[in-house]
Amino acid sequence: MPSLGDVLPQSMHFAEPLALASGAVLRDYTLAYETYGSLNAARSNAVLVCHALNASHHVAGTYAGKEKSEGWWDNLIGPGKPLDTDRFFVIGVNNPGSCFGSTGPTSPNPDPGANGRTYGSDFPVVTVEDWVDAQARLVDALGIAKLAAVIGGSLGGMQALDWSLRYPDRLRQCIAIATAPNLSAQNIAFNEVARRAIVTDPEFFDGHYADHGAIPRRGLRVARMIGHITYLSDDAMEAKFGRDLQKAAFGYSTQEIEFQIEAYLRHQGDKFSEYFDANTYLLITRALDYFDPAREHGGDLTATFAKARCKFELVSFTTDWRFAPARSREIVKALVDNKLDVSYAEIAAPHGHDAFLLDDPRYHGVLRACFANLWREISVEEAGPPPGHPKAGRAPSGGSAAAPAASVGAPS
Amino acid sequence: MSDRKDIELIAELVPNGSRVLDLGCGDGELLALLQRERGCGGYGIEIDDANVLACHQRGVNVIQLNLEEGLALFEDQSFDVVLQLDTLQHLKNTERMLRETARVGRVGIVSFPNFAHWPNRLHVAAGRMPVTRVLPYQWYDTPNIRVGTYADFEVLAKKDGLAILDAFGIQAGKAIRTWPNLLASVAVFKFQRV
Repeated sequence: MPSLGDVLPQSMHFAEPLALASGAVLRDYTLAYETYGSLNAARSNAVLVCHALNASHHVAGTYAGKEKSEGWWDNLIGPGKPLDTDRFFVIGVNNPGSCFGSTGPTSPNPDPGANGRTYGSDFPVVTVEDWVDAQARLVDALGIAKLAAVIGGSLGGMQALDWSLRYPDRLRQCIAIATAPNLSAQNIAFNEVARRAIVTDPEFFDGHYADHGAIPRRGLRVARMIGHITYLSDDAMEAKFGRDLQKAAFGYSTQEIEFQIEAYLRHQGDKFSEYFDANTYLLITRALDYFDPAREHGGDLTATFAKARCKFELVSFTTDWRFAPARSREIVKALVDNKLDVSYAEIAAPHGHDAFLLDDPRYHGVLRACFANLWREISVEEAGPPPGHPKAGRAPSGGSAAAPAASVGAPS
Repeated sequence: MSDRKDIELIAELVPNGSRVLDLGCGDGELLALLQRERGCGGYGIEIDDANVLACHQRGVNVIQLNLEEGLALFEDQSFDVVLQLDTLQHLKNTERMLRETARVGRVGIVSFPNFAHWPNRLHVAAGRMPVTRVLPYQWYDTPNIRVGTYADFEVLAKKDGLAILDAFGIQAGKAIRTWPNLLASVAVFKFQRV
């Protein structure tokens, strides 16, 4: 399958303050983003891709001259791929608080008292809702009134769900993969272990390690190791590593790497600690913990989704124990209770949570069909109703949705 | 049973504009027909990956679930019609699913192979299990773990407090209303809770 080829990251500055759920305000901020494909005349073919914990706006394609620089969802997005960039205008955006170009803990703190130092742990706590608000401003600035779809997996799926609640009339389709309506106690527990690993690293310096020329690498490594354990299924780990040893025989050491799984986890931890910011890890895991849109409805997910208007596609993976199928079914139930259009695929993939980033043909087949239907819907609207066949009975169809989309376009 | 004519006969039992739940919806053909020609909405339930994909490709809502786990996802009387076509005979919990169908739907419609169709009776009279167009399997490889007759269903419906609103057989694409237990290879029942 051909790739997009080389792509270029862009950034946009927003001077208007962003009010956050915590009550804090992000005075001004920059969002790093990428786009692929082209926006059609009706501005109706845009798809927003939301990233999960450690990913970024670099969703697909490669960076010129950089080896192994494929975007994190390159197997899904590109010409002829399930999310076909010959049809759709795809937007990848880095969330505020992250460390890949959007304003976050590694950015200079504009507060006069900070004397030009980076935010570090003074960066305000951000939530999924805050991210969705920031994304909506980028979508405004790109002149898009209504997105064809918002898609994401895991924490990205939470953002996609939140779009359907926060901006119900600004998307046709929500595609939420391997996600949950909130984190379970067990999930929060894993996040807490990761955070404690970082915060108790002597190099953490209360989150102002940059001022000390330090990086809490040990904490980041351990955080990533525990993360990786939860992203894989027991079976996948068994198949990949089993009890395989590094050497032919036991070394009888408590410190050296003996088993292959140890080498794998340490390698993942080392790699991660070289590129990921510790404060960002704390912020993003907290955003995961806080996400719970049903909270303001007394835990009633059906009441929560009463305001949703778009179509939904949900996918889960049978061996994903971090975001188990039962959690997706809770969402499906709430959508069915509200008589919303929803399809749900439960893919019997062996890989655990990681499956959402892989290209299982059943999973990609479902998404390909979903985007093909969306494309058909958009194309019909763009062409207008066929002569002598007015669709009087069906309220939101015809050219009505395309018209306001075309008239909006003033960047904020 | 997925014959075009059979599907049309059953579609006629579904009132226009109904909210429909199709249990074991296969590739979504009937749901697509109900959407297109009778203005119905709703969902199909399917366990098989290939069928789930086919439903997506047809653009009908499909929810991938194992029916043996019940219908906990759906509230009481939340659908106008719950269809269970050519599915009942594959389920271990036949009776429970029937009760669930009547709980979730204001009206239930089931169809299944009628074991008492006369050629089946001849097979059994000759000492062999029937192998026919509607029951094409050998006894040792059949997915039909429940074999019942048109008359058997009437008894079960009564036991479970279901009022039969309409019932007929289907044979060669035609509705059979005279002696359906003998003359039809497929049994169709439309019912509701008493």
